[in-house]
Amino acid sequence: MSVPRFWREIPQRYNLIGKKCTQCGQIYFPPRDVCPKCRRESIGKMEDYKLKGTAKIFTYTIIHIAPTEFVKQQPYIMAIVELDEGPRLTAQLVDIEPENVKIGIRVKAVFRKIKEDGSKGVIYYGYKFKPIS
Amino acid sequence: MREVAVIGVGMTKFGEVWNKSLRDLFTEAGMKALINANVSGSKINAMYVGSMSAGRFVGQEHIAPLVVDYAGLAETHIPATRIESACASGGIAFREACMTVASGMYDLVVAGGVEKMTDISGGEATETLATAADQEWEGFFGMTFPGLYALIATRHMHKYGTTPDQLAEVAVKNHANGCLNPNAHFRRKITAEQVLEATRVADPLGLLDCSPISDGAAAAVICPLKDAHKFVEKPIRVLASGQGTDTLALHERADICTMEATRYAAKAAFAQAGIKPKDVDLAEVHDCFTIAEITAIEDLGFVEKGKGGKATEDGMTRLDGEIPINTSGGLKAKGHPVGATGIGQVVELVEQLRGEAGKRQVSGAKRALAHNIGGSGASCVVHILEVPE
Repeated sequence: MSVPRFWREIPQRYNLIGKKCTQCGQIYFPPRDVCPKCRRESIGKMEDYKLKGTAKIFTYTIIHIAPTEFVKQQPYIMAIVELDEGPRLTAQLVDIEPENVKIGIRVKAVFRKIKEDGSKGVIYYGYKFKPIS
Repeated sequence: MREVAVIGVGMTKFGEVWNKSLRDLFTEAGMKALINANVSGSKINAMYVGSMSAGRFVGQEHIAPLVVDYAGLAETHIPATRIESACASGGIAFREACMTVASGMYDLVVAGGVEKMTDISGGEATETLATAADQEWEGFFGMTFPGLYALIATRHMHKYGTTPDQLAEVAVKNHANGCLNPNAHFRRKITAEQVLEATRVADPLGLLDCSPISDGAAAAVICPLKDAHKFVEKPIRVLASGQGTDTLALHERADICTMEATRYAAKAAFAQAGIKPKDVDLAEVHDCFTIAEITAIEDLGFVEKGKGGKATEDGMTRLDGEIPINTSGGLKAKGHPVGATGIGQVVELVEQLRGEAGKRQVSGAKRALAHNIGGSGASCVVHILEVPE
């Protein structure tokens, strides 16, 4: 992956910066440039919006056969979590045993290493989620 | 618009076809379809070819003219277009071809699909398939393609009480059907126990819940219905075609247990056909994973939402059931050369409706449906075919 391709996504992946449509108030993550409710009315009215990072598990799976960059981590838990502000996103769950994962459990975003481009390439960071104890 | 008919179909065996290249595969399927249609290649007006990722699978893009070239038709200079819609590429190539005939633009068109997936490693093939999902917001974080369907399965189980045994039953049934299909990738029976105990891929899905990585190609020849009898005795009418889309990322959808792209495409197709799901005699649905067949039969309206697992367990979808599903073996057993899959479904429907499906023949089949999904449900295309009166 080229460095700019990752670099331009840093605000959202490091700090959960989404977008808020100031026309209708809807919050989006991942960010998008056009609000699906307001469409052209939203042009120029999509503002950065920092999400709190608190969420609950909507659904999950345990990945046993992983893509090359994630093989060292397998098995690992992937989930769709629903943020308290409404949007849902896909992320890895950490600091929890697979047998303890359940739909509805409260979780929060943590900043973690996601993967790396071989031994000399870019190290990618971003959000994962862990239980709120 | 003109009514459209399929006058010929052809396919290669699906599977790990080590001795055949991408061009060997599509040439074989295309020639079989032309011969089956009693049509000379020189009469063809245009070609559409579905391929998800020839570029990543064999490093070859720009395959539409290559198909024409290796069919021996370079001198005709006919237009040829590749269609990419992930695993729905074939079904959508078929739809595009039908539209050109329906519109009156062309009179004789070939719709084909191909994928040569085993020239790269299984890992590379899996990563290529994952490009059908959202690479920035799913793939980047370690999500896999089976993983996405596993997320659906977990939620379906939570919401509707669907069980691992019910999922396994999809694979058991489709392998039983695949045994009766000479072109199927897998022609062996499996038991529910084997499915449940298979190597885990993404819980709750194991290896035998997943369709395989296959090589293969399939093709169909279409023309206006009014001309079809000039070529063949048993043309099959394309009664309806519907296509729909949804968000690329699964997490963007309000209800991940329902594929709205399927509901949209099916609604359009049933309205166009003027029939209801109960009027369909059999269907080929997109069972890339066992859970996908369950959501498909629900979203197509064959069973109520949430009852797909129970209906499968009760035998409703078996070869001798109320609505036989995936008589060919489906993606699970027939194989899933992604770009070819949608056309492969059309081949099965045509063979069934002509009464040429041998041991897997559904007796008296008059109307049949094909359902082809791209990605985790961001694309869907539905076709209804029937025996013309």
